[in-house]
Amino acid sequence: MSTIASLHIGEVGYISEEALDFIPLKLLEMGCLPGAEIELVQIAPLKDPIYICVNGSHLAIRKETAAQIKILKSDI
Amino acid sequence: MSKNDIKVALIGNPNTGKTSLFNQLTGLNQKVGNYPGITVDKKQGVSKLSATQNALVTDLPGTYSINPTSLDESIVLKTLLHKDVETSPEVILVVADVENLKRNLLLFSQIKDLEIPTVLAINMVDQMVKKGISIDLSILKEELNTEVVLISARKNEGIKELKEAIIRCHVAAKASPLCNIDNKIDPNYFQKLKEISPNHSMYELWLMVTQNNFPDSISKEEKTKLIEFKKDISTLKKYQHKETIYRYQEINKILKKTYIIDKTKASDLRSKLDKIFTHKIFGYVFFVFLLLLIFQSIFDWASVPMDFIDATFADISTYAKKQLPAGLLSDLITEGIIPGIGGVIIFIPQIAILFLFIAILEETGYMSRVVFLMDKIMRRFGMNGKSVIPLISGTACAIPAIMATRTISSWKERLITILVTPFTTCSARLPVYAILIALVIPSKKIFGFLNLQGLVLLSLYGLGFATAVLAAYILHKTLKLKTKSFFVVEMPNYKIPSVKNVFLEVLEKTKSFVFEAGKIILALSIVLWFLASNGPSSFDNAARNTIENVANQNVSKQELQQEIASAKLENSYIGILGKTIEPIIKPLGYDWKIGIALITSFAAREVFVGTLATIYSVGADDEDTTTIKQKMASEINPSTGQKRFNFAVGMSLMVFYAFAMQCMATLAIVKRETKTWKWPLIQLFGMGLLAYISSFITYQILS
Repeated sequence: MSTIASLHIGEVGYISEEALDFIPLKLLEMGCLPGAEIELVQIAPLKDPIYICVNGSHLAIRKETAAQIKILKSDI
Repeated sequence: MSKNDIKVALIGNPNTGKTSLFNQLTGLNQKVGNYPGITVDKKQGVSKLSATQNALVTDLPGTYSINPTSLDESIVLKTLLHKDVETSPEVILVVADVENLKRNLLLFSQIKDLEIPTVLAINMVDQMVKKGISIDLSILKEELNTEVVLISARKNEGIKELKEAIIRCHVAAKASPLCNIDNKIDPNYFQKLKEISPNHSMYELWLMVTQNNFPDSISKEEKTKLIEFKKDISTLKKYQHKETIYRYQEINKILKKTYIIDKTKASDLRSKLDKIFTHKIFGYVFFVFLLLLIFQSIFDWASVPMDFIDATFADISTYAKKQLPAGLLSDLITEGIIPGIGGVIIFIPQIAILFLFIAILEETGYMSRVVFLMDKIMRRFGMNGKSVIPLISGTACAIPAIMATRTISSWKERLITILVTPFTTCSARLPVYAILIALVIPSKKIFGFLNLQGLVLLSLYGLGFATAVLAAYILHKTLKLKTKSFFVVEMPNYKIPSVKNVFLEVLEKTKSFVFEAGKIILALSIVLWFLASNGPSSFDNAARNTIENVANQNVSKQELQQEIASAKLENSYIGILGKTIEPIIKPLGYDWKIGIALITSFAAREVFVGTLATIYSVGADDEDTTTIKQKMASEINPSTGQKRFNFAVGMSLMVFYAFAMQCMATLAIVKRETKTWKWPLIQLFGMGLLAYISSFITYQILS
């Protein structure tokens, strides 16, 4: 199953409903909600952290957090 | 400030223009104080709401929710939960960014549920057309059941309407919850919670349970009952998650009716700039270039006003000496107080320039990109991307730098950052380095273009950073602290910095440096002067003994004066102190006079130069105009007949100053921030030991 960490730059996914328990409260409060569209904007030069855009929030999170949050990729 | 002032608290997400609004409301009527019992600065100001009504506005730290994850954010929770007639806010002003309204309303919905009268200010509305946003204000007001005002704090639009809304809100004192979270999650559970204390709203009680924070208004009995709720942590966590999702559902419902955004109008300036600033090569190149520019300006541009200040204070001192009648008081003023004040004022240009840069970097949104670039590197050393800001600020002064660590939510990463920040070369070390380099490093070019003196100074900065990072690595590997490292940083939109915000920020930071560090430096200058001009009975006899000793020799009047002066100094309290520690510092190449300077430097490093100035000029001929540098250069080591400040001694001293923790003000701040004497003492002795050993090795090799 894919996670936020497996997205490529510019790729869009949807946060899985079953990810809820793995999203830290803080991230949830910042708009990282199950069902939300999430885009990977940029990866830092040393491959970590990553820069995402979700629900209008532009956030940098570490890969270890991102790897815990499952997503569904839009296979188009 | 009067009793009738409405107490208003300003709350909002970071990067919503909260500071701009605060500055707009209060102008220059602000002051920074401390929250009683806690260590975070509190910014307050008086705002004139109408001809007859003022408000006392408190600017609270930016936060995304009232469930805190850092020290900064916990202030917001404390202010809201701990009710106090004197200080609790009567009206809460929530600032929201029009572009990010959804996320901003989460915080608003939490505050509304505390049942305190609330006004919502939607900021940056001047951007609405450009971003394709439209808002139905009347429906929004109705749905949120609150006063809503559209403003543009930077353009000073809507401020009058906002002030009127604050007054209306205060008069109506209407407060009702927005989201009844209990019904949606577990009605029974929350009903039981509610029954514990009828004097508190359900959401207040819920926060006390989830945040483990109980105000005095809760009785012992009630507290015991509330703690019962805390036992089932997994349920608590689950309900917090559910609460947040439910809040977003409610917000989405409201925004669907009132808020339209045309996504095709979104500008791609952000992504273009991000491609440059976070680029794997260019991103770092730009950052390094920026650092060089900052250092260049601190050394080069600041030297002009600094030289001016230096000269001015010397003139004032000379003038005062001529005007005042000779005596003890006159000596105190001209030799203690005036140079003491000058010693503080001289740092203002450097501190102000550094804060100017930092304020601009924060305001533009670039600082978040630096955090993004540096996080992985810093993490290897047990720190956090956010540690970069304190480490850079540390080149001005460790005090504001250590305060800047409050945004780091992991305690271990924050502690390591606090402990190593004093290794970065602060501006107080600069005068010490400057004078020592001028004394022992020849001013010549190497490779035809590099100035050797400048190169040595640069290496000392490199030494400071390298030691900080190395020390962090050692602490990272040895400190056994279990803390969850969680990292999330918002990447705000790029903005052109507001002149007013930057100006006020620089003013406030500089002011707090002058008063915090200045007090100590000034007090010490006076103590130092006293210790150098008084002593036991041998001090009083010094002059007579000297005259008797040289009675048969043929010495000029001036030589005699100097003999007397140095005999006096040797027998003063401070001379005795310096002599006592001489055996300890001899292996480092220092004599008792340098010893005195070392002792006084433990209050603040820059006192070194001032102390030597005092040592060499106290009691000296008034007409004597030789500068301190010349005096130091001509100082002879009596046991070798060589210059006292030779290459080995100079290098050994520079190494000592690079490593030793010689700043009382910093120790006090570390104590405040870590809430124990353990960490400042570890810093004091750890850094002191490192300094002693390194200087010893340096001197022994070079001499």
